[in-house]
Amino acid sequence: MDRAEIAAKVAELIAPFNKKGVTIKDASTFAGDLEFDSLTVMDFVAAIEDEFDIIISMNQQAEIETYGQLIDAVVKLQGPA
Amino acid sequence: MTDLFDKFDPMIALRESVRGPGREDPFGLVMEKVISPTVAICNGRETILLGTYNYMGMTFDPDVLAAGKAALDQFGSGTTGSRVLNGTYAPHKDVEAALREFYAMDHAMVFSTGYQANLGIISTIAGKGDYIVLDIDSHASIWDGCKLGDAEVVPFKHNDITAMEKRLKRIPEGAGKLVVLEGVYSMLGDIAPLKDMIAVAKANGAMVLVDEAHSMGFIGPNGRGVAEDQGALDDVDFVIGTFSKSVGTVGGFCVSNHPKFEILRMACRPYVFTASLPPSVVATAATSIRKLMHAGDKRAHLWENSQVLHGELRARGFTLGTETPQSAIIAVIMPDLDRGAAMWQALMKEGLYVNLARPPATPANMTLLRCSLCAEHSAEQVQTIVGMFERAGKSVGII
Repeated sequence: MDRAEIAAKVAELIAPFNKKGVTIKDASTFAGDLEFDSLTVMDFVAAIEDEFDIIISMNQQAEIETYGQLIDAVVKLQGPA
Repeated sequence: MTDLFDKFDPMIALRESVRGPGREDPFGLVMEKVISPTVAICNGRETILLGTYNYMGMTFDPDVLAAGKAALDQFGSGTTGSRVLNGTYAPHKDVEAALREFYAMDHAMVFSTGYQANLGIISTIAGKGDYIVLDIDSHASIWDGCKLGDAEVVPFKHNDITAMEKRLKRIPEGAGKLVVLEGVYSMLGDIAPLKDMIAVAKANGAMVLVDEAHSMGFIGPNGRGVAEDQGALDDVDFVIGTFSKSVGTVGGFCVSNHPKFEILRMACRPYVFTASLPPSVVATAATSIRKLMHAGDKRAHLWENSQVLHGELRARGFTLGTETPQSAIIAVIMPDLDRGAAMWQALMKEGLYVNLARPPATPANMTLLRCSLCAEHSAEQVQTIVGMFERAGKSVGII
């Protein structure tokens, strides 16, 4: 999958968690703009992990603050296509 | 100058909201006199204790007290030193022997608290490049152990075997793996399906650590915990436990059959860089642990108490954390923090102490009134407790 395909898939996965219908941009933050609490983060991360068959450890999650950073992380964790 | 305390403003607001004018502070309770494992004087009022984790009621056991007093006379009030320097006395070696007898395991290492046992063992055995796979509802001491160490931390949904297995299978080949589980989860009092979880962990090449803090002395044929009860203890690499619940004093430990286990006494910083427990404390613990090996009748009575309280509270319309009584903890779920705090106050006025548990310590942001039963609660006391809950619940409008 290339970045565009991954971004499309992540957009699909985040929809049910975006309860307030916030317009999501690459710079949108999970804690601030999307108001994700720790339980939402866990469920959303699990959905991403299961879709792409990857692990995003808590250590890596700590580095991911924005939606764009998440896409980048998934691209990287997926390895060369 | 930025006030470093500004970050605590939300917590200060929350604390004020539960305390309120004319209310007793749920997080500032003082026991003026302790009459027995189940009764104390709080705010001048005789109060039944139903939130102390004193499961086996050993705190006033005559043999336990005698052992403590003798050690105080023989060894003094404290060691003033680390276990690896001047802080190991004969009673410290004896309590480790008592733990080896209790669990029938080769090694036992005693820490100054249960918190430090998790902090020390987890941060030391899982290092850089290793993976810790743990239940999302794990105790704060487990999370802090993860934070202190350098391993990759991968949580999974509470008690979800499939979610755990998927994560284990995704870990890169060759990396060290530690699965961290608890026997009883202390917020809701539910137990883990340890037998199946441990089998999956082992099949995926992981070492397994189980925290049995809330089951020791009570669950399992020999009181060794949930893993023993489910016939899975032989596959557990490390059992973590505490002296501050069934044992009735303070301290923490890890028992293991790992052949290289003893090296942790050198490698584990929360073990090395702190003073050891006072000799009187370890002497009381050793006596208590050995008595708990023959406490079948007390265990049976504690189960009875748990079953009666669970059944009676349910029958009166309270919502509980588990469908069936699974441990000595019964969590009563409150509709919100406001009414939870009001219910806590009403129970205190009735003469009953329970734990008020609130987010973020609780799963799914619940407010809980957490009850922990004691083998020394009489059948009559349990009935009295039910009556107090009923009156308080009606006055607050929860039932």
